[in-house]
Amino acid sequence: MDALLQFVFSGLTVGAVYALVALGFTIIYNASDVVNFAQGEFVMLGGMITVFTFEAGLPLPLAALAAILLTAALGVALNKLAIEPARGAPVVSLIIITIGASILIRGASQLIFDKQLHRFPAFSGDDPIRVLGATILPQSLWVIVGAVAVFVALWLFFTRTLTGRAVLATANNRTAAQLVGINTAWVMTLSFGLSAAIGALAGVLVTPITLVSYDVGVALALKGFAAAMLGGMGNPKGALVGGLLLGLLEAMTAGYLSSQYKDAVAFLVILGVLFVMPQGIFGHKSTERV
Amino acid sequence: MLTVEGLRSRYGRIEVLHGLDLEVRSGEIVTVVGANGAGKTTLLRCLSGTQPASEGSIVFRGENLARVPAHRRLARGLAQSPEGRQIFTNLSVEENLRLGAFLYSDERVDRDMADAFAMFPILKEKRNLAAGGLSGGQQQMLAIARALMGRPHCLLLDEPSMGLAPLLVAQIFEVVQSLRARDVTVLLVEQNAFGALKIADRGYVMETGQITMTGPAAELIADPRIREAYLGV
Repeated sequence: MDALLQFVFSGLTVGAVYALVALGFTIIYNASDVVNFAQGEFVMLGGMITVFTFEAGLPLPLAALAAILLTAALGVALNKLAIEPARGAPVVSLIIITIGASILIRGASQLIFDKQLHRFPAFSGDDPIRVLGATILPQSLWVIVGAVAVFVALWLFFTRTLTGRAVLATANNRTAAQLVGINTAWVMTLSFGLSAAIGALAGVLVTPITLVSYDVGVALALKGFAAAMLGGMGNPKGALVGGLLLGLLEAMTAGYLSSQYKDAVAFLVILGVLFVMPQGIFGHKSTERV
Repeated sequence: MLTVEGLRSRYGRIEVLHGLDLEVRSGEIVTVVGANGAGKTTLLRCLSGTQPASEGSIVFRGENLARVPAHRRLARGLAQSPEGRQIFTNLSVEENLRLGAFLYSDERVDRDMADAFAMFPILKEKRNLAAGGLSGGQQQMLAIARALMGRPHCLLLDEPSMGLAPLLVAQIFEVVQSLRARDVTVLLVEQNAFGALKIADRGYVMETGQITMTGPAAELIADPRIREAYLGV
């Protein structure tokens, strides 16, 4: 029983990170139907930039803020320099561009930073909190609360604000969006900036627990993608639930089977979702009348 | 209100509009009729900015819009209800209408929405349903209502009767006519030449990217060439 609770805690922590990555996917997907495989690199950059600005002498909160803002700027640049010039290209081509971008960012980070593992201190110390015989790190609580807060903010953004609906409208029908006066290029810029900022926030929150190096992004992108698929691509609620569920599945597999199979879970989930319910848990089957 | 001169446009290397002149005066309903493939839709897409004009001028209320991006043209007072309706299928009817007034966030938005529901009561009934589930006629009503939410001075209507049952076509044309009372000038593009000319003040006939004939709608309806080519009489 204690072991189970321990696995649940670790699953929720990892799952919250996957949820943040999946939320990042959701925003860009909602605006453009593109799955941005550079999303994992945003997480890596969030961690790496914080590490290096912190070591350069900036206080941790400022270092984290700098990392989030710089990563958001890079997200905007990715859109302006790589996605926007290819406007009108099929979605598959755009997705391949994001894969290229992720390789570029990874390579550049390896040169600009280094190949070592890094961490910075946890926000509220490293003393584990005891709960019913299991323990949880205070930083885990930061990660989980962070994911839930971002989810609530995004949910309100998409359902309650006109700008949020403009993002949905742009994804649904770009021409019609322009005709009602929505600057669709600006919506894309906003989405990439926002999504990169959320990715970087995930990196900032999780680095004290998992450490960061230039190459952590690939795995995160794949798992975030699996989480988004599981929950239903494009749905913030799905991203949150999918992320937590995937984290729990991983933790249980590692705990009860073998930690060597842990990484296979994400792929089994992708396969399972594609075979059984391609629309995910919360995705709705899209119907269109012609 | 709207003066188009020497308008040319191309898809890739193929030019589809070969120097078009057209005028719409304030308060008029003007129709452009012509066969499928004549370039009518391209003309409207150029006017709304979703298709670039390669040459020529589009002067609307004293300003040349030819280089103004599509999303800025509604703020100038030019709205388009596009061909194939182009509504936001995943969003609700009400959200579609609200987005039609994307540029505004004052109390008039609610009034305009109530107006739209008064104009098309069926939309009020279905306000919370996804717009993609509406019938073709209802989607057309939504497209027109959404365009009106943008408070246009001039409404560009692309084939509103396409694919609709005759009774609905009559209803849509009635709505178009009622726009006169709202001070909305209309440029109506139609394959249904007879229906369009009947409610219009003036008409243009378009053939392979050029205007071949123009005049008061009543004269065009009576013209034997038009009757033979487009009215099937």
